[in-house]
Amino acid sequence: MEPLAVIREVGKRFGDTTALDHVSAAIPAGQVTGLVGSDGAGKTTLVRLLAGLLVPDGGDVAVCGHDSVTATAGIHAAIGYMPQRFGLYEDLSVIQNLSLYADLRGLAPEEHRATFDRLLGFSGLSGFESRLAGKLSGGMKQKLGLACALIATPKLLLLDEPSVGVDPVSRRELWRMVHGLAETGVGVVWSTAYLDEAERCHSVLLLDRGKLLYDGDPAVLTGRFAGRSFVVRGMADKRAVQAAARARADVADSLIQGAGVRLVMAEKAPPPTATELTDSPGATVEPIPPRFEDAFVALLEHRNAAIPALPSWGRHSGSGTVVEAKGLTRRFGDFVAVDKIDFAVAAGEIFGLLGPNGAGKSTTFRMLCGLLPPSGGEARTAGIDLATAAPQARQRLGYMSQKFSLYSDLSVRQNLNFFAGVYGLTGAHRRDTIARMIAVFGLEHMIDQNAGGLPLGFKQRLALAAAIMHGPDILFLDEPTSGVDPLVRREFWSHINAMAAEGVSVLVTTHFLDEAEYCDRIGIVYRGRMIALGAPDAIKTEARSATLPDPSLEDAFVALVERADREEAS
Amino acid sequence: MNLRRLAALIRKETLQIIRDPSSIVIALVLPVVLLLLFGYGVSLDAKDIRLAVVVESPTPAGSSLVAAFADSPFFRVTELRHRGEAEQGMVAGRFKGVVVVPTAFAEKAGRGDDAPLQVLLDGTDANTARLMRGYVEGVWSKWLAHEAGQRGQTVAVPVVAQPRVWFNPQMLSRDVLVPGLIAINMTLIGTLLTALVVAREWERGTMEALIATPVSVAEILLGKLVPYFVLGMAGMILSVGLGTALFQVPLRGSLWVLMAVSALFLVGALAMGLLISTVAKNQFVAGQIAIVSAFLPAFMLSGFVFEPSSAPAWIEMLSRAVAARYFVTILQTLFLAGDLWSVILPNSAALAVIAAFFLVVTLRRTHKRLD
Amino acid sequence: MFGRILALIIKEMLAVWRDKKSRFVLIVPPLVQLAVFSYAATYDVTHVTLAVLNEDGGLAGRELLARFEGAPTMAHIIHVATEAQMTQAIDARDAMLALRLPQDFSRRIEAGQSAPVQLILDGRRSNTAQIAMGYANTIIAGYNQDRAALQNLPAAPGALVVRVWFNPNLESLWVVVPGLVGVLTQVVALVVTALSVARERELGTFEQLLVTPLRPWEILVGKTVPALVIGLIEGSIILVAAQLWFGVPFIGSVLLLYGALVAFLLSIIGVGLFISALSSTQQQAILGAFFVVVPAITLSGFATPVENMPDWLQMATLANPIRHILVLMHGLFLKALPAELAWQSIWPMLVIAAVTLPGAAWLFRRRLY
Repeated sequence: MEPLAVIREVGKRFGDTTALDHVSAAIPAGQVTGLVGSDGAGKTTLVRLLAGLLVPDGGDVAVCGHDSVTATAGIHAAIGYMPQRFGLYEDLSVIQNLSLYADLRGLAPEEHRATFDRLLGFSGLSGFESRLAGKLSGGMKQKLGLACALIATPKLLLLDEPSVGVDPVSRRELWRMVHGLAETGVGVVWSTAYLDEAERCHSVLLLDRGKLLYDGDPAVLTGRFAGRSFVVRGMADKRAVQAAARARADVADSLIQGAGVRLVMAEKAPPPTATELTDSPGATVEPIPPRFEDAFVALLEHRNAAIPALPSWGRHSGSGTVVEAKGLTRRFGDFVAVDKIDFAVAAGEIFGLLGPNGAGKSTTFRMLCGLLPPSGGEARTAGIDLATAAPQARQRLGYMSQKFSLYSDLSVRQNLNFFAGVYGLTGAHRRDTIARMIAVFGLEHMIDQNAGGLPLGFKQRLALAAAIMHGPDILFLDEPTSGVDPLVRREFWSHINAMAAEGVSVLVTTHFLDEAEYCDRIGIVYRGRMIALGAPDAIKTEARSATLPDPSLEDAFVALVERADREEAS
Repeated sequence: MNLRRLAALIRKETLQIIRDPSSIVIALVLPVVLLLLFGYGVSLDAKDIRLAVVVESPTPAGSSLVAAFADSPFFRVTELRHRGEAEQGMVAGRFKGVVVVPTAFAEKAGRGDDAPLQVLLDGTDANTARLMRGYVEGVWSKWLAHEAGQRGQTVAVPVVAQPRVWFNPQMLSRDVLVPGLIAINMTLIGTLLTALVVAREWERGTMEALIATPVSVAEILLGKLVPYFVLGMAGMILSVGLGTALFQVPLRGSLWVLMAVSALFLVGALAMGLLISTVAKNQFVAGQIAIVSAFLPAFMLSGFVFEPSSAPAWIEMLSRAVAARYFVTILQTLFLAGDLWSVILPNSAALAVIAAFFLVVTLRRTHKRLD
Repeated sequence: MFGRILALIIKEMLAVWRDKKSRFVLIVPPLVQLAVFSYAATYDVTHVTLAVLNEDGGLAGRELLARFEGAPTMAHIIHVATEAQMTQAIDARDAMLALRLPQDFSRRIEAGQSAPVQLILDGRRSNTAQIAMGYANTIIAGYNQDRAALQNLPAAPGALVVRVWFNPNLESLWVVVPGLVGVLTQVVALVVTALSVARERELGTFEQLLVTPLRPWEILVGKTVPALVIGLIEGSIILVAAQLWFGVPFIGSVLLLYGALVAFLLSIIGVGLFISALSSTQQQAILGAFFVVVPAITLSGFATPVENMPDWLQMATLANPIRHILVLMHGLFLKALPAELAWQSIWPMLVIAAVTLPGAAWLFRRRLY
C-alpha cells in the first residue's frame, strides 16, 4: 500500500544543534507509528516537518503526495495536528473550540451537530460542552485537543507527546481512541517518551540525537534482546541487590519492580547467580520475557554508562515518623481539593503519592511544606507545622516542584551558588558541596549555560541538585521525572535510593506506575481522598479479582479508581 | 479567502476579548482613566499663579499696583515687606514670581522718571515663566494707562494689537488636549492590545495549531483586524462621547468625517500591532516595542501636547513618520474648527500611505511556518 | 542571615541582567525616552510662521513689517493678498498666526493716532499660539517705543525690568532633563520590581524561595537592594548625560541629590513590590505598573504644572513620589536647594516607602494561597 507520508534524507539544524540528520522513513495508513527517543532526539522537529510548519534543510517530506515546502496548503487540508500543549484556546468553551476548528477545517455546517456529538461521546466530554478549556483537567484537555484535531476526519493524525503529564487512566482511554481511529484507516504518528506506549505501536521510529536508530515493529526490536532479561526475587533488601547489580559491568540495566529486581544483561553475558548479588538465602534469578524498555535502554546503554553514585553525607540513619498527615483537608471555596488524608512516613522511607491530575497530590505536598495552610487537620513535617514554624525549620527539607522552578536566565553555576547561599552554606563546605553536585549530576559541560536552555533531563538533574545540596532530612519531589526519558529516570532513582539508604525520607508523586514500584509504600489519591495505602505488592493484591488474577500496578490503579467511582455513584 | 473560516476566527477573537479582563482594561478602562486624567488634571492654562509682591515702603502708588496684580485672574498675590523673604520663597517653590516695588518707585513714578519695577520669575517652570512675563506686562500697561487716566493724561500708543483667537476663543487647553487623546486611546487599542494578543497566541502554542489548519495568512490577519477594529471604533466613540458630554469639548466637524478618518488611522495602528507581534512572538517584548514605537511617539511627537515643529530638526523629521501626528492634526481641526478639507485631505492621504505600508509589510512578513 | 540575603541580591542582579528581555527594558526604552523626551518635550516656540495681510501699503506699515521680518522669533513670513488666503493659511496650519494691517494703518500712524492691527491666532494650538502672540507683542512694543521717541511723545512713567532666575534663557532642556532623572528612574525601578515577584510566581520559583529558610523581610531586602542599585545607576547616567551632553548646570549638593534619589527609589520600589505581590502573572504586573506610571507622571508636574490642577487634585498629588522628586531635582540642579527645604520633599517619600514596603512583605505570603 502507498505510504501516507514519505520522509527522504531529511536534515534540520537549529543554530549549532543538529535536530535531524539524514532521516528517511515512511508513514503507512491505518497504523499507529510511534516516534520514540529521549529528550532532544528530534521527535518534535520531525512532527513539525510532517505538519509543514518547518522547512527541512536537506531532503524532502511529502504528505499524501503534497510536498511540505511547495504544497503546504494540501498538507494542512489532509492532516490533523495536536501540538505539545494541545493548541486549545483556554478562554473558549469546549464546544466553542470544536466549532472553531470545524469551521477552519471546512466541515459543512449541517454536519456540525452530528460530528460534535460523535466526538464528544467518543472523548467522554459530553456534559462538559460549556466548560472553558482552561478549566479542564490535563486528561480532558488532551482529549479535547484530539477531538479538535480529528474534526474533519484527517488522513494523517500527528500527535506530539500527547501523554505527557496525563494520568494512567486518561492515557489508557486516549490510547484506545487512537487505536480505534487507526482501524478506520487513519495514519497516526504518536511521539512519546513512554516506552510501554511505544511497545503497543504497530511500528516505531526510534530517534537518538537526530539519527534514526530503528524503524519497524517494536516486537522485532524487543526480540533481539530475548534471553537477556532476568528477575531476582526473594531477597531481603531489594535496594542492595539493585546497587550490586548496577556495579557490575555485565549488567546493562537493573530496575526495582515491586519486591523484585529486573536485570538486563549485556550482550552474550550469562546471568549472575543469586549469591553473587545477595546474601539472602532464598533469593532466585529467573529468566523473563524481554520488553521494549529493555531493548531501548540496552540500545542506548552507552549514554548511561556511568551514573556516579551520590556520595555519602555521613548522616546517621534517622528513625521514627518524620512526616505525618492527620485528617489533612484543604478547601478552595466550595471545592475540596484534599479531603481528610491520613498517612505517615518513616525516616529513610520512600513514599509515593499516585493519582490522576487534580486529585490533590500537589496540594498535599504544598501543605506539608508549609506553602499552604490546611483548612483542617494537621500537617507535621519533622514534628512541626511548617506553616507557622520558624524559617530555620525549613532548613531540614528539600523541595522540587512539579514545574521547573529554577532561574532560567541564570547559569547552572549561578543557580547552584544561589541555593547554596540561601541555605546558608559557606566557605569550604559550600565549595565542596557545589563541586560534588556538579560531579554527581554530570553538569560540568553545561556549567555556564543558562538553566532555561538545558535539555529537560538536565533541568531536572539541576533542580534535584538544588533541592538536596544542603543535606535535607526530608525530600519532597513533585513529579520529578515527568516528561524525561527512561535513562534519566533510572539515574534519578539511583540517587533517590542512595539518599533513602542514608536515612533521608523521600516523598514523591508520579504518573509512572513503574516508578511507583520503586517506592517502599504508596498512597493512591483520588478526588482528594486516599483510596489505597500500602506497599506496591499489597496494593496489587488488594485489586486482585477474578478477571485480573495477576494485576500490574497500572491495572490495580485503574481498578481501584473505577471502584472508587462506583462507590461514589452508589 | 473563505468567509466561513474568517467568520469563525472573528467569533473566536470576539469571545476572547470578552473573556480576557486585560483586553477590557486596555480597551475601555484605560481610555476612560486617561480622559479623566487629562480632562481634570492636565492643563496649561495658568491661573492663580502664586506671586509675591514686595512693597518695601507703603505708598499709594505701591498699593494701587498691588491691587492691580491682585485683580488679575492670573495671579494669587501675597504681599510682603522684605525682598529676602520673597526670594527665599521662590527657592522653596512657594512663589513662581516676585514683583519688587522699590522705595524709590512711587516718587519717581510720579515725576515721570525711570522707576524700575523689578520682576523676578522662576525659570524652573519655563512655560509658566514665559506666560507670566506676558501677564505681568499686561497688568503693568493696564496700570500705567489707569494711572495716566487718573492724572488726566493720555498716553498715545501708536500700534494697538487686537488679538483674535480663532476656533478656541477662551484658549482652553482642555479643548485641545481631549480631541488629541483619541489618538492616544486608539493607539493603545490598535497597536498595544493587538500586539499583545497575537504574541499571546504564539506564547500559548495556539498559533501552532491554527497554522496547521487550511486557514490562510490573509484570513488569520483579517480575523484579528476585524474584532479589534470594532473595539477601537467603540473606544473612539466612547472617548468622543465622554469628551463632549463631560468636558464640553465642541465637535464642530461632522461625525462621519471623524469616523472615516479614525477608521483610516485605526487600520494603520492595527497593522503595526500585528507586525510587532509577528516580529516579537512574546507578550513582554511585543508590549515594550509597542510602547516605545507607538505609544510614546503618539504622546510626544504627535502635537498632542508638544509642538513637533519646535523640536530639533531630527525629531521633527522623525515625527513625520508617526501616523498619530497626522491624526492629531485632523482631530484638533475637526473638533475645534470643523470640516476643513485643506487639513483633512492631505493628512488623510498621509494616514493612508502609512496604513498601506504596514499592511503590505505585515502581509509579507506573516508566514504559516514556525521558522 | 547576611549570607542568605547576599545570595538573593546576587541572584536578583544576575536575573535582571542575564535575561535579554529585561536587559532590553533597562537599556533601550530609557535611552530612547531620554533622547526623545529631552528634545521633544518642549514648550519653546521656535519656527513661528506668520501670515501677513497688508491692506495698507504705506510707509509705516512697511516699517512695522520690516521689524517682524527682522525678528529672530519669526522664522518665516508668508505674504497673502486676500482675506481668503489668510484664512486658508491659518486653516491649513501653514501659519501659526496672522497679522492684518488695515487700509488706513499708515495714515493713522502718521497722524499720531492709535492704529489697530489684527493679530489672528490658531486656537487649536492654544499654548503655542499664546507664546507666539507674546513674541508679536514684544515686536510691536519695540516699534511703539521707537516711534514714541521719534515723535517726542511723553514716555511711559517707569519701566518694567523682568529677570528670570535659575534658568535665565528659559531653556526647556534645563527643566525637562532634571525631571527625567526622576521620571525615567521611576519607570525602570517600577518595572523591575513589579515584574520581580510576579515573574517568580508565574514561573514557580517563588514557591522554591518560600521553602528555603528565607524570611519575608529578607526576601523584601533581597528584592529592594538590586532595584535600588539599578535605579541609582540609571539616575547617575542621566545625571552625567544632563551635564555633559545636554549642558544643564548642577549647582546643588550631590550628597543631597543621592539622598533624595534613595528616598524616592525606596518609595517607588515599595509601590512596585506591592503591585507585584498583588499580581499572579507578569501580564497583570505590567498592566498594573502601566496604571501607576501613566497617572503618576501625568499628575507629577512634569509636563504641566501642578498649580494648574484643581485644588483637590493638588492635594492628591502629595501621595505621588514623582511630584516630590521633581521639586527636588529642579531645586538641586538649578536652585541649590538647601537641606532643610529639601527635607520637606524627602519625608513624604519616606512615608510612602514606610507604608508600601512592609505592606508588600506582608502580601508575599498571603497572596500565595
